[in-house]
Amino acid sequence: MRPRGTGEWLAYGLLYLSIVLVTLPVAAIFFILVSRGYSAVNWEFLSSAPRMGMRAGGIFPAIMGTLLLVLGTIAIALPLGIMAAIYLSEYSSRGRLNRLIHLAIVNLAGVPSVVYGLFGLGAFVLFLKIGVSLLAGCLTLALMILPVIITASEEALQAVPQSFREASLALGATRWKTIWNVVLPSALPGILTGAILGVSRAAGETAPILFTAAAFFLPRLPRSIFDQVMALPYHLYIITTQVPNIPQKVQYGTALVLVALVLLINASAIVLRSYIRWRRSW
Amino acid sequence: METAACIIDVNKLNFYYGKFQALKDITLCLKPHKITAFIGPSGCGKSTFLRTLNRMNDLIAGVRINGKVLIDGRNIYAPDMDVVELRRRVGMVFQRPNPFPMSIYDNVTYAPRMKGQSRGLDDLVERTLVRAALWDEVKDKLKVSALSLSGGQQQRLCIARALAADPGILLMDEPCSSLDPVSTLRIEELMQDLKSEYTIIIVTHNMQQAARVADYTGFFLSGELIEFGDSNKIFTKPDDKRTEGYITGRFG
Repeated sequence: MRPRGTGEWLAYGLLYLSIVLVTLPVAAIFFILVSRGYSAVNWEFLSSAPRMGMRAGGIFPAIMGTLLLVLGTIAIALPLGIMAAIYLSEYSSRGRLNRLIHLAIVNLAGVPSVVYGLFGLGAFVLFLKIGVSLLAGCLTLALMILPVIITASEEALQAVPQSFREASLALGATRWKTIWNVVLPSALPGILTGAILGVSRAAGETAPILFTAAAFFLPRLPRSIFDQVMALPYHLYIITTQVPNIPQKVQYGTALVLVALVLLINASAIVLRSYIRWRRSW
Repeated sequence: METAACIIDVNKLNFYYGKFQALKDITLCLKPHKITAFIGPSGCGKSTFLRTLNRMNDLIAGVRINGKVLIDGRNIYAPDMDVVELRRRVGMVFQRPNPFPMSIYDNVTYAPRMKGQSRGLDDLVERTLVRAALWDEVKDKLKVSALSLSGGQQQRLCIARALAADPGILLMDEPCSSLDPVSTLRIEELMQDLKSEYTIIIVTHNMQQAARVADYTGFFLSGELIEFGDSNKIFTKPDDKRTEGYITGRFG
């Protein structure tokens, strides 16, 4: 489309400029990470534990720790979030209490992650005496991403045409059977979008696991959910601020692996989502 | 019309959306194995009335109802009425074809599956689709998405889906309003064909359709049932001036 006239050109130019300004930093981050970090990334880096005070060796325990944290978080937050969304969308009446709950959820989404970290420390680590552990970290991260999952799932459920619900109920299906057989399958791609957003956040955050799960250094993998874990974001924070004389390429390499891991998780969820969409539309 | 012959017996039915009264003192008797049509301008209450018969209005918040609706002699608004059971007895076809995004086969078997039936579904699918005059067109693609069918086929599939629940009564809410004339004709023929087994109640905007298919016709205006009786009489010499005005096209 070719704009005509000065006003059109001006609008087009400004909009185009904004896209450049938005994409440029992303491209720059990628470029810097890849150009400075790729030489550090090799099989040993990915598959072995750090040595010599993090200055050599690899980041395998941190990669596994982050994966375990993400898996545990999603295992807690996804079912809970979907069930809460189903209640809000399909069962609760649109009254004052409902609006209050919505307000609370929206506000929770805006709470800084360090506050979740402190809450997790107080509630799970100390009060419930779970200790600094994989479980406490997953619970804290799950709490943090619940608003994202609930909001996205509820929107996905609301987007299911009312005519599907009516058709099912008119055929003598109960409310729950209608939800299970007709509403949920149609909403699944949208729910997965929420899960993707949640996972990305859970994988990248440092503050919530700082006091609840993360170990400074752990040369082995956690043996149970009550063990501490290393995690990529926290490891990155440590090797960039706490340990002197670390080769720069190790820092960039770790950052590169973290970003790649988040992209990989996202990509697989997106593939899953398009597969479900494709299967449902034939 | 004596009560004994009524399959649906409505007595002083009032219906409110909040403060707005959508149905006023409706009393009528519907005969089994007949087609009854309800006509009237938009917002007159005819669809609301239809949806009181399978309690679809229950889904809307803030509605209030009083009076009696007896189906097979039971008050469907009694506290011990099982709505699920009612809706199996009283099937419904909607204004826009609304097949589920599933295969044709899964659409037809939906109601039996929800009831827990898992045997004899193949036979049921064939029998029901034959009944709904759709079998010949879809018998080779039962596993194909229902959404790939044309609008008219989708609506006949929705009728088949309703019939598979084994209802005695079929409610049709402007079932042809989004269809072309040929598809409309096929649905009307189908209705005539189904009359021997089912009691059919249809709401329609189209007066010619009511005159063509219905044994009885009722005319709604502003929530009141103005006139109800033999279609012949309603469309040739109605008692009420307002009915005459509507069917001759003076308003509506």
